[in-house]
Amino acid sequence: MQPILKGTGLVKRYGKVTALDNCDFELMPGEILAVIGDNGAGKSTLIKAVSGAVVPDAGTVELEGKPVHFQSPIDARAAGIETVYQTLAMSPALSIADNMFMGREIRQQGLMGQLFRRLDKAEMQRIAREKLNDLGLMTIQNINQAVETLSGGQRQGVAVARAAAFGSKVIILDEPTAALGVKESRKVLELILDVRSRGIPIILISHNMPHVFELADRIHVHRLGKRLCVIDPKDYTMADAVAFMTGAKEPTAAEAA
Amino acid sequence: MPNSDNYEAAASGASTEVASFADDEGKGLVGRLHHTLHVNPALVPLIVLLAAILVFGLVLGSRFFSPFAMTLILQQVQIVGVLAAAQALIILTAGIDLSVGALAVLCSVIMGQFTFRYGIPPAIAVACGLAIGTAVGAVNGWLVSRIKLPPFIVTLGMWQIVLAANYLYSQNETIRSQDIEEQAAFLQFLGTKFEIGGAIFTLGVVLMIVLIFGLAYALRSTAWGRHVYAVGDDPEAAELAGVDRHRTLMSVYMLVGFICGLAGWVMIGRFGSVSPSATTGVIGNIQSITAVVIGGISLFGGRGSIMGAFFGALIVGVFELGLRMGGANPQWTYLLIGTLIIAAVTVDQWIRKVTA
Ligand SMILES: Nc1ncnc2c1ncn2[C@@H]1O[C@H](COP(=O)(O)OP(=O)(O)OP(=O)(O)O)[C@@H](O)[C@H]1O
Ligand SMILES: [Mg+2]
Repeated sequence: MQPILKGTGLVKRYGKVTALDNCDFELMPGEILAVIGDNGAGKSTLIKAVSGAVVPDAGTVELEGKPVHFQSPIDARAAGIETVYQTLAMSPALSIADNMFMGREIRQQGLMGQLFRRLDKAEMQRIAREKLNDLGLMTIQNINQAVETLSGGQRQGVAVARAAAFGSKVIILDEPTAALGVKESRKVLELILDVRSRGIPIILISHNMPHVFELADRIHVHRLGKRLCVIDPKDYTMADAVAFMTGAKEPTAAEAA
Repeated sequence: MPNSDNYEAAASGASTEVASFADDEGKGLVGRLHHTLHVNPALVPLIVLLAAILVFGLVLGSRFFSPFAMTLILQQVQIVGVLAAAQALIILTAGIDLSVGALAVLCSVIMGQFTFRYGIPPAIAVACGLAIGTAVGAVNGWLVSRIKLPPFIVTLGMWQIVLAANYLYSQNETIRSQDIEEQAAFLQFLGTKFEIGGAIFTLGVVLMIVLIFGLAYALRSTAWGRHVYAVGDDPEAAELAGVDRHRTLMSVYMLVGFICGLAGWVMIGRFGSVSPSATTGVIGNIQSITAVVIGGISLFGGRGSIMGAFFGALIVGVFELGLRMGGANPQWTYLLIGTLIIAAVTVDQWIRKVTA
């Protein structure tokens, strides 16, 4: 089977820091791939390199076997890759609905929409409310509330809802439950499974080992800017994974990527 | 992971009621006021404007409180009003434009000189002025967006360049009102006056009002407007969320250059003549920034409404006319405006503070 999203020899340097050091990466169709690694290992940089937010210094990215050269997140989004960034990428002063439809606003039908480019706010609000309710994270009193008035967890919920609503080929989640409560995390995990059942593969970055081992089909262990190994959660314990991640244990030749 | 899941089981008996947003109830009067201002940032300048009109009206009586005086204010603020609309757009993107006034003067000079020096039909000369304004805006925008220079520096430089180019090109020569009237009346088109029941409007005033309402609509109800706010709010987030930051900034700076061209044309209508040494070239930037700040638009970008900038320009106009009619020393105007600027920024800080 051919990977749906594949990175080969990715390199990204920030001055003297090598965030990605000749890194390979593969996402298979329909799978949940967890990416784990220490702080600063380069996980966020890796997913940015495949989602257009960062243009790698070297290396290639292929989507469904075809090379792609994303220059911006807009390109990746147009190709069906939707990302929840660690920083969430929300405009604090704008409303929940504005944020959910940022860059893909819906215009009104007819003359007002075509000639005066008037937005269909009612429709966008309706869809936004529906998506948030699907997630069960919150009942929305006011979808026009500014995002900055939400709690960190609620913001994360909105960001996840946005990605789940629009992702068609790949959904990337960079620590989507880091700020969430137990109940809200559970909802996001259910949503991830739900997205997979729609046949959409997911990249999940998380420091939460129980979540990773519960959801992931495969685990990509990232260390010092590159893929150390890919393990099957059924064959390894969380302790093994942490040992690989921190360098306490080296993978055998068979395990190494 | 048999024992790792247990802690979640404890939550399964929890209330199924999901988190809900606190609404306004229980926030108290101050909280509600805070929320209202947060949602409608132009409310404060509107209240100040109405209060100022009321106070001057009570003190000065019908001399001030007349259709004539009210529309005189509109005529007096038309240039600053148009420039404030331009400035508001830039400030919404978290920038600042020091070149707006100078650019307006340069555009008016181009419209005049193209007509009189080269014999170009006035309508085409006006179009050339607008085009050159747009081009200068594009240069500002490119330096800000592509070269990533601070807008303050770019437009500080452009202000000097444009002002100097304006003197060099015009050879410091004024085109007299009389000559324009006889040979190229179209240049003064925006000065055309009409009366409605004692109220006197000029086409320049109409242009200012249409421009402000048009921009207010575009900022509120189109995707472009949402992108302008998003880029001003947090450019990185906007870009990650799928906004073309470069395109948005370029469109704003070019539109601002075009509006400065319009302001130049309004100037010819207002003064009749074309003068490279019009004071707008030197103080137009500060006047427009003053209007925008009093209008409650945050200098940090992403917050405020263009109606606020309009109200801000009108507040200055009301103070100027009211104090002059009352026979006060004009320095009182500056003193009051200065106080208002500081008060407006204080209110902005308070509004930006999130209490929820
Ligand atoms: N914009 C940037 N400028 C400079 N250095 C950067 C930048 N982004 C990342 N880095 C560096 O690259 C390295 C990898 O960072 P990255 O954010 O990818 O780590 P991470 O694995 O996602 O860590 P975490 O678990 O803390 O999120 C770090 O050393 C970081 O300092
Ligand atoms: Mg990270």
